[in-house]
Amino acid sequence: MRNYLKYAVVLILVVALLALGGISCSSGGGGATPTPAATPYKVGALFANSGNNYPLGQPEWQTVEMMEKQINDAGGINGHPLDVIMYDTASDTATAATMAHKLIDQGVVAIIGPTSTGESMAIKSIANDAHVPLISCAAGSVIVQPVGNFTWVFNTPQLDYIAIERLYTYLQEQNITKIALLTDTAGFGAAGRKWLVNTDMLSKYGLTIVPNGDQTYGPTDVDMQSQLTKINGTDAQAIVCWGTNPGPAIIARNMKTLGMTIPLLCSHGIAFQSFITTAGAAANGVIFVAGKLPIVDQLPGNDTQKVVLEKYKSDFEAVYGVGSANTFGGHAYDALNMVVDALKAVGPDRAKIRDYIENDIENWPGTGGVYNMSPQNHNGLPTDPKQAMVLVKIVNGQWTWLKD
Amino acid sequence: MSSAQFVQYLIAGITSGSVYALVGLGFTIIYAVSKIINFAQGEFVMLGGLLSFTLIHSAGLPLIPALILSVIVAAAIGAAMYLLAIRPAKKASVVSLIIITIGAATFIRGMAGQELTKAFVRSPSFSGEQSISFLGAHIDPQALWIIGAMVLVTIIVHLFLTYTMVGKALKACAINPVASSLVGINPKTMALIAFVLASALGGIGGIVLAPLTPMSYQSGVMLGLKGFVAAAIGGFASPIAAVFGGLLLGIVENFAVAANWGPFTSSYKDAIALVVLLLILLVRSGKLAEEERAG
Repeated sequence: MRNYLKYAVVLILVVALLALGGISCSSGGGGATPTPAATPYKVGALFANSGNNYPLGQPEWQTVEMMEKQINDAGGINGHPLDVIMYDTASDTATAATMAHKLIDQGVVAIIGPTSTGESMAIKSIANDAHVPLISCAAGSVIVQPVGNFTWVFNTPQLDYIAIERLYTYLQEQNITKIALLTDTAGFGAAGRKWLVNTDMLSKYGLTIVPNGDQTYGPTDVDMQSQLTKINGTDAQAIVCWGTNPGPAIIARNMKTLGMTIPLLCSHGIAFQSFITTAGAAANGVIFVAGKLPIVDQLPGNDTQKVVLEKYKSDFEAVYGVGSANTFGGHAYDALNMVVDALKAVGPDRAKIRDYIENDIENWPGTGGVYNMSPQNHNGLPTDPKQAMVLVKIVNGQWTWLKD
Repeated sequence: MSSAQFVQYLIAGITSGSVYALVGLGFTIIYAVSKIINFAQGEFVMLGGLLSFTLIHSAGLPLIPALILSVIVAAAIGAAMYLLAIRPAKKASVVSLIIITIGAATFIRGMAGQELTKAFVRSPSFSGEQSISFLGAHIDPQALWIIGAMVLVTIIVHLFLTYTMVGKALKACAINPVASSLVGINPKTMALIAFVLASALGGIGGIVLAPLTPMSYQSGVMLGLKGFVAAAIGGFASPIAAVFGGLLLGIVENFAVAANWGPFTSSYKDAIALVVLLLILLVRSGKLAEEERAG
């Protein structure tokens, strides 16, 4: 009896380790195989479907599951079923690398994802050396700039420094000159902070960071009152916060508790509904920079992206519920659509797919913007901040377009 | 630093310190009875937070029953952990048992992520979100609940250990397990009670913390570490010492953010806990070795 228990304990621990390591696998939503005779086109996908980046990775995962089913229900790509092989990176760079090798061994024609800049940097060389096109869904400009030898690597989100320029443009227009920073010490926040404190960037928009105004917080911190109290003692006119869930929600709440009234400006890393649900009433008044998806209902009818944004939003929300669509899922939507377009045009050939994405994604409206890829630009979105991104203000728990 | 700022840092420190104290209390109780350092202690805080959120939002229970049920479930999971993972391996060395607790922590974390939620969640505040002014500082009402819960629980634990038969038996078992078993105290039962008590304390920490800060299935790791430091500051000697250890850690952390020590900015907040731990281990290592020899 005692031995049995021992084995049971060992078994439970092994199962637990597997669960934590995120070594889970899904071949996607499936759907009916249209023509069993045709060989499926295999596309790889890596997303953080658990761990810290889950709020970003989950909609990406769901988007790809939805699209695979849609495409196969409609007869596949030129009669070939689409087979998306999707793995959970558990927000872990080492797992992302392992899974990238696995996907390449399984013969995928391209890889979409991963979710975060850190994971993308971890697999950039792996995909490039194996000559497999990689379309990252992370916003770090380091992923695609400069292109250099990494000719197989692309990404779809608006780059971090363009988002920062968008916020700084707004601050300049509001005649704000003194700001404080509160950034996450993890990948996205740290990469953003480098641009936020960049002296050329600051002087371009006539901004200075107040003394004691460059504060950071750890991704697992439960309370940022002390950092905010310190900022409260300065003459900062606004706080720029760079990070993803749950930090900015805690900061918004802490600011309300402390009675701070200066504006809080955040990155596109909070562009999901759970920011509003976790921050509660404190979310009201928060301004963030984002793609156009959150305010699609408010876009004029002649906007070039309106059709694609509305289709994505209605398709996604029909499956996953009202209010569930966000810009992160949109990044995966754009990435997979690029690969699908390439497959339609040139078939399952890795080199030809790469060439197609680099040269033939032109005036291509996606959820992130209108893409124009080129050998020098592997992101393809406009670099004029006002053209690339919009500002969103949370009013009464709703995303509202802040036109300026 | 103005006096209002000073009070603000102090309150922030006492608030996070209260949570560390509740975790540290759990560490000490289990250690005293069984000499096991239960590295799953932080997971029970996470369980308390996620369970209370799930019961309120998904099961639609009113606040009070949801909170009580969360503590009961957390305590039951603590009991199950002891009965299924620790007791069957009782002949193993203490080091092996500690490693088992790390495995159990991983298991609990994984199950919570799968079965409860993978998202960050925040429970509703117990008594509104309007902050309270106090000596120029502003306090979230939930912070008062956290501090109050910690004080109340500490008093109850102290009374329980001092005045009840079971509590006295726990103490006896901690002081001399051989002698106490000779007078009819079953050390296995005492260990079970210690695990149940410690998990319930963690659960209480989680349910009062969850309305203040969003929690996820991974929140227990850092809280467990901070609680461990709290218990280590108190030398794992007495529950009260662990409570003071937790408060001290929380206050030091928050004043470290306030101070300007050259390159040491707020990025080093988490490092403070580890530096404090290292200092304690260095200072106490001689004394610990003495205790080992004496024991």
